[in-house]
Amino acid sequence: MTFGGAMELDPLILSRIQFAFVVCFHAIFPVFTIGLASFIAALEALSLKTGNPLWQRLSKFWIQVFAVVFGMGVVSGIVMSFQFGTNWSNFAYATANFFGPILSYEVVTAFFLEAGFLGVLLFGRDKVPQGVHLFAAIMVAVGTFISAFWILSANSLLHTPDGITVENGLYYVDSWRDAIFNPSFKFRFLHMGIAAFLTAAFVVAGVSAWYLMNKREVEANKKALSMSLWMILLLAPTQVVVGDFHGVNTLKHQPMKVAAIEGHWETGTGIPLLLFAIPDKEAQENHFEIGIPKLGSLILTHDWEGEVKGLKEVAPEDQPPVIIVFWAFRVMVGLGTLMVLFGLAGLFLRRKQRYLECRPFLNGLRMMSFAPFIAVLAGWIVTEVGRAPWLIYEQMRHAEGLTPSLTGGMALFSLTGYIFVYAMIFSAGVFYLMSVLRGGLETANAEQIDSDVEKAQRPISAANANLDGGL
Amino acid sequence: MDQPFDLVIIWAGIIGFAVMMYVLMDGFDLGQGILYPFAPDDHSRDIMMNSVAPVWDGNETWLVLGGTGILAAFPLVYSVLLPALYIGVFLMLAGLIFRGVAFEFRFKANTTKYLWDWAFAGGSFVAAFAQGAVVGAYVQGFETNNLVYVGGPLDWLTPFTIMTGLGLVAGYALLGSTWLIMKTEGELQQWAYKITPILLIMVLVVFGVVSIYTPFVDQGVLNRWFNGVSIIWLLPVLALYCAFLIFRAVKKQQEGMPFVATMGLFLFTYLGLLASKWPYIVPPDYTLWDAASAYESQLFLLLGFLFVIPIVMAYIAWSYWIFRGKVKGGYH
Ligand code: HDD
Ligand code: HEM
Ligand code: HEM
Repeated sequence: MTFGGAMELDPLILSRIQFAFVVCFHAIFPVFTIGLASFIAALEALSLKTGNPLWQRLSKFWIQVFAVVFGMGVVSGIVMSFQFGTNWSNFAYATANFFGPILSYEVVTAFFLEAGFLGVLLFGRDKVPQGVHLFAAIMVAVGTFISAFWILSANSLLHTPDGITVENGLYYVDSWRDAIFNPSFKFRFLHMGIAAFLTAAFVVAGVSAWYLMNKREVEANKKALSMSLWMILLLAPTQVVVGDFHGVNTLKHQPMKVAAIEGHWETGTGIPLLLFAIPDKEAQENHFEIGIPKLGSLILTHDWEGEVKGLKEVAPEDQPPVIIVFWAFRVMVGLGTLMVLFGLAGLFLRRKQRYLECRPFLNGLRMMSFAPFIAVLAGWIVTEVGRAPWLIYEQMRHAEGLTPSLTGGMALFSLTGYIFVYAMIFSAGVFYLMSVLRGGLETANAEQIDSDVEKAQRPISAANANLDGGL
Repeated sequence: MDQPFDLVIIWAGIIGFAVMMYVLMDGFDLGQGILYPFAPDDHSRDIMMNSVAPVWDGNETWLVLGGTGILAAFPLVYSVLLPALYIGVFLMLAGLIFRGVAFEFRFKANTTKYLWDWAFAGGSFVAAFAQGAVVGAYVQGFETNNLVYVGGPLDWLTPFTIMTGLGLVAGYALLGSTWLIMKTEGELQQWAYKITPILLIMVLVVFGVVSIYTPFVDQGVLNRWFNGVSIIWLLPVLALYCAFLIFRAVKKQQEGMPFVATMGLFLFTYLGLLASKWPYIVPPDYTLWDAASAYESQLFLLLGFLFVIPIVMAYIAWSYWIFRGKVKGGYH
């Protein structure tokens, strides 16, 4: 790894850290809003269909949470769209023929759609008929998915390039269809989509569990918990299966990434599945291996004796940082397994509605609210670090994509700047979110003192709670 | 290549339109932040923020569209300007972030309200200044070699760009104050009437200095403007006429005219700037055609835009219509 030689200011390393930092910061928010937007649309639909006021109580509360998270997603997203130019200008210039149109399509088909209907969703409940309000909720949810569609297509092309040719260092698109629907796209879109739903389901479950433990708004929160448990039961196992297909597909296109995931150095047949190991890139081997014989081959090739390529197929400088990929993958899969178990436990406790009283279970769900965020970030780290040293797999290296005029000092300046700015914004946001959660359904549904005209028509201002606990 | 018609010109028009939309729309709401510290009282500040709160979000989306649109149609602009303006871009984004969350948090804070006031004012000022400096840097040109930027990190920061930075701050404040004339009444409106001429004079001073200075920065501009009388002289004349209209409208206490005329002032100045540099888009070396992306890419995006943009305009208009009405009260 190039991380050696540490302390001199390398603009490449700093840019990579900066990109990883800002993109991970951003990714926390959309993965939640994508799932939550659909949940809110579902609540609105149920409310319209059944007329049961509990659905609307729930919806009013979760819209407040949504508003805070969505606002943070927007500001951090604006940063992202300039990152490619400031730090990776050679990459941006070379790939603009594809990335430019794709990202522009994202703006006109998704961002404007979200912005256009968000106001009606947050503030228009009393201004439009209920059906129109539901329509706005659906449009926002659709917008988040369209956004994920384009950005994941762009990202997938970096892993499995297709439909493009390089001429004099510039990429040209031969087939838009092949480039957009490149070989890893459908797996990534499905896997990420399910991850988003799981994220929303676990947060809703955790928060409802917490309210139930405190006997707050029992009737409504019971409904929310039940809904999210069904969701988890259905989606957590599905995610495991989709993840497996994703991995098998990756084996075909990025064998070195999979070798790093498996901590697998020598090409061979009947390889084990490692549960624990400390991969060591210097020594080109693992320490303290614990594994299950032949299971690795079975999972990857669906054959006990299947052959799997090892990392030593390529020179050490062309291998990804194995230990990061190896462990990030285990974090993701470990949490995925835990999610499946929680789904099953929910099903088991459903008889006589015991899940509403079983405190260890409710407490566990409360903790699990954070699990999907960790799993998602771990997943992205597997995907992106596993691509190293390639920016575009086997076509362009990180160093080739870097901005030529960028100095270590400039990169350090912006990196520290972003860390500073995001730390402040994030703490304020979390602080505020916590007060919304403390306020609960009761505050969200309280009579509003402010008249509509006076209420700020902005996402986070839709929440009624006070930021610093004052009057 | 088989190119039935020249998409480069069409795309120049689209990008020019998106940038102008951004400047006008985010201009008046950045202007609120710039005027913030000078507002008569806290109640006025509430109304000022209220007046732009519903539109702020959509306005900023034009900035994102400008960025990605330039990447799609003129990637060289994206890959030269962003590295050249690295520090400035960071400052602008940081400003926009602080300002964005200030919108969200200010009304919910009580004991810490003043912090968000400063975040809103500071963020707006920094973002506006950085954008103005970009305009100045564009006039100065960029040191490139073989399609990449080779200058230093602070080449963009010169007395000239500080001038244009402050000029845009004043310009956005002017857009902001004439917006307030249109959208408010009573004490706040009277205050806006009072400061508008002062802001206008500041803008005109910068305008004058920049106009005199620009030909010295750039020989090409000198030739374009002073080789005989040409049609482009109409642009500054129209801009000055708009300035006159603003003065007169303020004197007569008209409500809509000052804002409309300010938009005119911006439009003609902007066109004048483009006319000075045409067809150079990464001055001094590269033209629109040098900077353009592949024909197929421009075509692929254009077809989608023709179809999607009208729909976008329709639902944006619809959502504005739902929230129509005058801004009166403040928050408690
Ligand atoms: C799978 C989902 C996903 C992923 C991987 C990303 N985003 Fe994102 N992004 C969204 C899903 C999303 C969203 C759900 O559409 C957001 C979140 C909150 C919001 O307003 O829209 C958003 C907001 C958002 C915005 C602000 C939009 C506005 O002005 O309203 C920008 C500019 C970006 N993103 C750009 C990016 C870039 C350049 C990314 C790649 C590195 C990226 N996003 C990753
Ligand atoms: C258009 C889409 C994307 C592009 C073009 C892109 C490109 C890049 C680039 C240039 C780097 C820096 C090189 C490096 O540090 O390895 C990087 C790293 C990274 N990206 Fe992405 N990325 C995209 C989407 C995403 C998304 C959506 C996420 C997740 C939220 C993500 C997560 C990461 C992470 C975690 C790293 C750090 C990897 C490392 O340190 O090696 N990326 N990506
Ligand atoms: C338990 C079984 C799981 C398996 C076998 C699995 C498999 C994989 C694999 C192989 C990758 C890398 C694909 C590549 O880069 O080519 C990946 C990425 C990822 N995983 Fe998982 N995963 C599992 C669970 C989860 C869970 C529970 C979550 C989140 C809730 C999650 C979220 C992600 C994300 C966000 C990515 C990065 C984006 C992408 O490439 O799809 N995964 N997963």
